Amino acid sequence: MSAASTIRIIGHRAINAVWRIGMASRFFIYTLLYSGSSFRRFHLTIKELFSTGVMSLIIIIVAGLFVGMVLGLQGYETLKRYGSESALGTMVALSLVRELGPVVAALLFASRAGSAMTAEIGLMKATEQISAMEMMAVNPIARIVAPRFWAGVISMPLLAAMFSAVGVFGGYLVGVVQIGVDEGSFWSQMQSAVDFRDDILNGVIKSFVFGVVVTLIALFEGYDAPPTAEGVSGATTRTVVTSSLAILMLDFVLTAIMFRGN
Amino acid sequence: MSWELLARGLECAFSILGVSILSEPALVEIRDLNFAYDKRPVLKGINMTMPKGRLIAIMGLSGCGKTTLLRHIGGSLKPTGGCVKVGGQVMHELDRNGLYAMRRKMGMLFQFGALFTDMSVYDNVAFQMREHTELPDEIIHDLVLMKLHAVGLRGTQNLMPSELSGGMARRVALARTVALDPMLIMYDEPFAGLDPISLGLVGDLIRRLNDSLGATSIIVTHDVQESLKIVDYVYFMSEGVVVAEGTPDQIRASDKEYVHQFVHGEMDGPVPFHYPGRDYLQDLELRA
Repeated sequence: MSAASTIRIIGHRAINAVWRIGMASRFFIYTLLYSGSSFRRFHLTIKELFSTGVMSLIIIIVAGLFVGMVLGLQGYETLKRYGSESALGTMVALSLVRELGPVVAALLFASRAGSAMTAEIGLMKATEQISAMEMMAVNPIARIVAPRFWAGVISMPLLAAMFSAVGVFGGYLVGVVQIGVDEGSFWSQMQSAVDFRDDILNGVIKSFVFGVVVTLIALFEGYDAPPTAEGVSGATTRTVVTSSLAILMLDFVLTAIMFRGN
Repeated sequence: MSWELLARGLECAFSILGVSILSEPALVEIRDLNFAYDKRPVLKGINMTMPKGRLIAIMGLSGCGKTTLLRHIGGSLKPTGGCVKVGGQVMHELDRNGLYAMRRKMGMLFQFGALFTDMSVYDNVAFQMREHTELPDEIIHDLVLMKLHAVGLRGTQNLMPSELSGGMARRVALARTVALDPMLIMYDEPFAGLDPISLGLVGDLIRRLNDSLGATSIIVTHDVQESLKIVDYVYFMSEGVVVAEGTPDQIRASDKEYVHQFVHGEMDGPVPFHYPGRDYLQDLELRA
């Protein structure tokens, strides 16, 4: 391959990437502009809350429990070296509410609910359901996209909170019930070390941002998918990959802003 | 029925005398319509007139621009030249609100129905009523059952689209299309993939609904025999231009090669059987 064609391919991909970012931004603005009906006819959003939030609960709870149990085991082994086993509750709680809760819950949300949203909207497009809606003078952004967007944004912080709560319980099961760390110090140190504003609120802000980004990526990929089987499967894959990378990159940025110097 | 026969007799007489149905007031007017995807022309100077109350067929091979033309009538595409007027309004000049107001007076049946798969049959038919009217649930209920009854599927109201056969799904989609009694109904390949009974049934329903609603209908189709039974006028398109037009009888009697090949389903003719390629014997390396 000649240098000229390499440059041409790189240029083409760069232009394509910028074009898609522009399209996604416009899509985001339209989604916000046409969000009124998602709140006026809140039953539309509640229906989507069920499929994105409630249906993701099982995976979030099971994953949260195991992550908390692993944290309990690993944390105990590390803290024991320094004679600080009583700080296990603090370590488990801070790890979960600051980092693992929002990040792992968002990754699971992207794989479970995000991919489902992309596939559903992509298939609606492939089977002309979106075109049919437009021909019926019903705005598909307002009727299909906006309720799903707000359902994702609302459910993500709740799922992350659920993940953290169950994770703390998993840490308690391993640390206190199985290993025998003192129950009083487990809970009291956690209570005194975890700050509502600095730790919990920042974790909620993170999960809110992840909710916006993951849901937007999932909806845009579905809406922009070529109306073929291959197009929908490609869009679903892109949703999971792009969302996962976006979550990890944004997590670094948000952590640097929120916790630098703490 | 006798009035219908009388009307058809008069139309036939007018046709013999050379007076076209197209002299009636038009609901849809297409003038010098041009359209291109990127630089590839798809529609090249199309002119059509679709009078009120009539059932018009647009026929032609796949890729000749039929569906693109339908999308212009629905205002989904903007022409590169010329215009489409519906009810006197130029479609591509309408803003979003104007376009949506116009579409509330239109209905479109998509090729495979395009039923909303997450809604029951009842909710599909009720969809537009709930979106565009303030009707109470009781009235919507009665209207939905009336629409479903008209297509013979009142008993399917609680089924999901995945539980319907292809022909039933098309009929439910038809009930949804006419939910708000549109003035213009567009059908994109309504006969595609249907068994002979469903095909006859859907054809008959299209004619009856058009007449009972006093609507104007446009059918884009390949199905020559079924559509010639029910339509009032036919336009034949090839490569983005209108190559022939006339009443079903005129089309059947046409001596134009393209129309003859299309109507009689002949393998070879102006539309060749073989895709252009190298010489056959050369490809088989039997000739230098």
